[in-house]
Amino acid sequence: MVEIGHFALVLALALALVQTTVPLIGARIHNERMMAVGGPVALTGFALTALSFAVLMIAYARSDFSVQTVWENSHSLQPFLFKITGVWGNHEGSMLLWVLILTFFGGLVALFGSNLPPTLKANVLAVQGAIGTAFFLFILITSNPFTRISPAPIEGRDLNPVLQDIGLAVHPPLLYLGYVGFSICFAFSVAALIEGRIDAAWARWVRPWTLVAWVFLTGGIAMGSYWAYYELGWGGFWFWDPVENASFMPWLAGTALLHSAIVMEKRSALKIWTLLLAILTFSLSLLGTFLVRSGVLTSVHAFATDPERGVFILGILLLFIGGSLSLFALRASSLTQGGLFQPISREGALVLNNLFLTTATATVFIGTLYPLFIEAVSGDKISVGAPFFDLTFVPLMIPLLLIVPFGPLLAWKRGDIWAVSQRLMFAFGAALLVALVTGFLIDGSSALAAFGAGLAAWLVFGALTDLAMKAGIGNVPPAAMMRRLAGLPRSVFGTALAHLGLGLTVLGLVGTLCFGTEHILTMKPGQTVEASGKLVRFDGLAEYKGPNFDEERAHFSLLNSANAVIGEIYSAKRLYPVRQTTTTEAGIKTMGFSQLYISIGDYGDDGSLVVRVWWKPFVTLIWGGGLVMMAGGAMSLMDRRLRVGAPSRRRKPVGATPATDAA
Amino acid sequence: MTRKQKRLSVIVGGLAFLGAATGLTFYALGQKASYFYMPGDLATASLQPGQRIRLGGLVEKGTIQRGQGTTVAFAVTDTQKSVKVTYTGILPDLFREEQGVITEGSFGTDGTFVADSVLAKHDENYMPKEVADSMKAKGIWQESTNE
Repeated sequence: MVEIGHFALVLALALALVQTTVPLIGARIHNERMMAVGGPVALTGFALTALSFAVLMIAYARSDFSVQTVWENSHSLQPFLFKITGVWGNHEGSMLLWVLILTFFGGLVALFGSNLPPTLKANVLAVQGAIGTAFFLFILITSNPFTRISPAPIEGRDLNPVLQDIGLAVHPPLLYLGYVGFSICFAFSVAALIEGRIDAAWARWVRPWTLVAWVFLTGGIAMGSYWAYYELGWGGFWFWDPVENASFMPWLAGTALLHSAIVMEKRSALKIWTLLLAILTFSLSLLGTFLVRSGVLTSVHAFATDPERGVFILGILLLFIGGSLSLFALRASSLTQGGLFQPISREGALVLNNLFLTTATATVFIGTLYPLFIEAVSGDKISVGAPFFDLTFVPLMIPLLLIVPFGPLLAWKRGDIWAVSQRLMFAFGAALLVALVTGFLIDGSSALAAFGAGLAAWLVFGALTDLAMKAGIGNVPPAAMMRRLAGLPRSVFGTALAHLGLGLTVLGLVGTLCFGTEHILTMKPGQTVEASGKLVRFDGLAEYKGPNFDEERAHFSLLNSANAVIGEIYSAKRLYPVRQTTTTEAGIKTMGFSQLYISIGDYGDDGSLVVRVWWKPFVTLIWGGGLVMMAGGAMSLMDRRLRVGAPSRRRKPVGATPATDAA
Repeated sequence: MTRKQKRLSVIVGGLAFLGAATGLTFYALGQKASYFYMPGDLATASLQPGQRIRLGGLVEKGTIQRGQGTTVAFAVTDTQKSVKVTYTGILPDLFREEQGVITEGSFGTDGTFVADSVLAKHDENYMPKEVADSMKAKGIWQESTNE
């Protein structure tokens, strides 16, 4: 049965080779029939990869332990959801998910690319095919998920307990949709370089694809952060861990790309820069895949002794990054330059955004790779963590966040900074008020907290000011304002929402980092602890038996000032007998946007329990802001001018209203 | 300003910005990167008082003292030398005697290592990377072959 999946994967590799070569040659010699091969081949390749993935999924669902990856990462008693998510909870399966998403995006281009110039479409599909070929080879040669073992074991070795969580169902697929989604922008850039020209279709196509990938990557990172927060039991949401940085770098570069693509689309400037940024963004996605998948992070030593996977994926990395950058060096000078503009203008603000974001990407890049470099060169083992990023990344973000509200209010070509400042007076006043209230009424000890709260308010009110100004506040009666607001292009709402989401995330960060409290203490049943005005009583321990784990639950009650119970929380230690692994299940109570977070530790000599209680004000806004940013991206994507695969005009019935462009 | 001067000022401004960012990055790398040591390496290392390092090794058998309240004391060893460590907080789930551990913090005045974070190995299959690599380099620890 699973051999069907293996066979489909080999066929998909063969098709990827066809997809790489035939349309490319076709575009070169202007043979329309050869160019037309790309589309159907890409769709068939996707169907075969999907078949292969489905077969693996069935093997997991049926607990077929004759398949090695199923034996290593599943167990017959596991809940059904975790049997399914276990498909990508390991190296082999996650690589298969990677190519599945790659071929999915290739299929989308094939399906919706009918209004693309045929040579551009052919070249894009060829580049996609080349990436696919490399990763199909990687899977089949080094990481085959369909390897059988004989005799088949009776029972599997269970999925890593940390991964037995709903987070695994959501986080990797979202993250990969983001990572791999940037492959389309990369393919478009390389195709433009192969053709030696950037035409209007190119500019129109890159932005929606960037938006799609960015929306998914934002979701993937936010989800991963929340998952780490509640699953690991440390109460932290971001550790500047290389694996996290691996996904954060493409996000930063992708955010820069999103903004430079606007300039390119509206003003046909920054073309070459946007093209380079698209290449760099996907290169960082590939780098992330290399860092996570080659084992280089687990141990440089292991990488050196078992180099097959690592060297193979490093080869892919060098081929695509080196190849595309060489092509860029050769061809970029022949591309047409875009127009020039004044520094004080919407374009100027977007360039500033790009300067900050790419520099921030570079600091994360250095902080992530420097330890690997030092270890490879001198053998010294160093770690670069939060203190480094606090000193480099944060100072870069603060000026960027300060200028965010100016950007959307500035006019294209030549902006008037004083007029914009006047319009932002209300937002500035509100931010100042928030900062003063925070500083004097809540906590006067930390100027940083007051500044942070003010910054968050500045972003939120700045985004609202943008909408209010575009609706004509003060100039037109309220009814007309509502009409104008409804008539604004969706991308205007998208921008405002995304910037508002950013402000919410900053508010969540400031609330949690500056106003959160932590209590570590030993407790006996009946004892209470007060955490920032919340009274928590330890009630006692109870045993619980899950499907494939045993749990010891510590029950807590939340009390009001009259000692009446107003809520219950439990935190637990879980033992997974198959792997003999213990995990901590944090007890979390959400109150408004804030959370009470309890995790338990060991028993003291006198039988008391070590308990850690955190009060985390506004913590949910960190991820809630991410959701709002995603909504902003999705809103922007629904803008009529950008709709992916909108049918070309000649196929529309006569009388279709043209999209309005009020921005 | 002429067009040329304008362009020049933009380039100079951009380069100054990048230069500042680069300088800050290297300063931060020098100041904030923490080095990894095993107990045996400490004799030759010249550590400033209060300098943050990461200390790794095995949790020495019979040294774990869950003393007053939430403070735990234990010794980290590389089987030749050992260092006393104190830590306040919740130990990771996989913290056990004779298992690999990495602690991060600095030395107190009495020569005790005061850790503010303790990391144990991730699962049954491997040690923390630095500990495993260093112990292999010293020939103390062999990769388990019962896989």
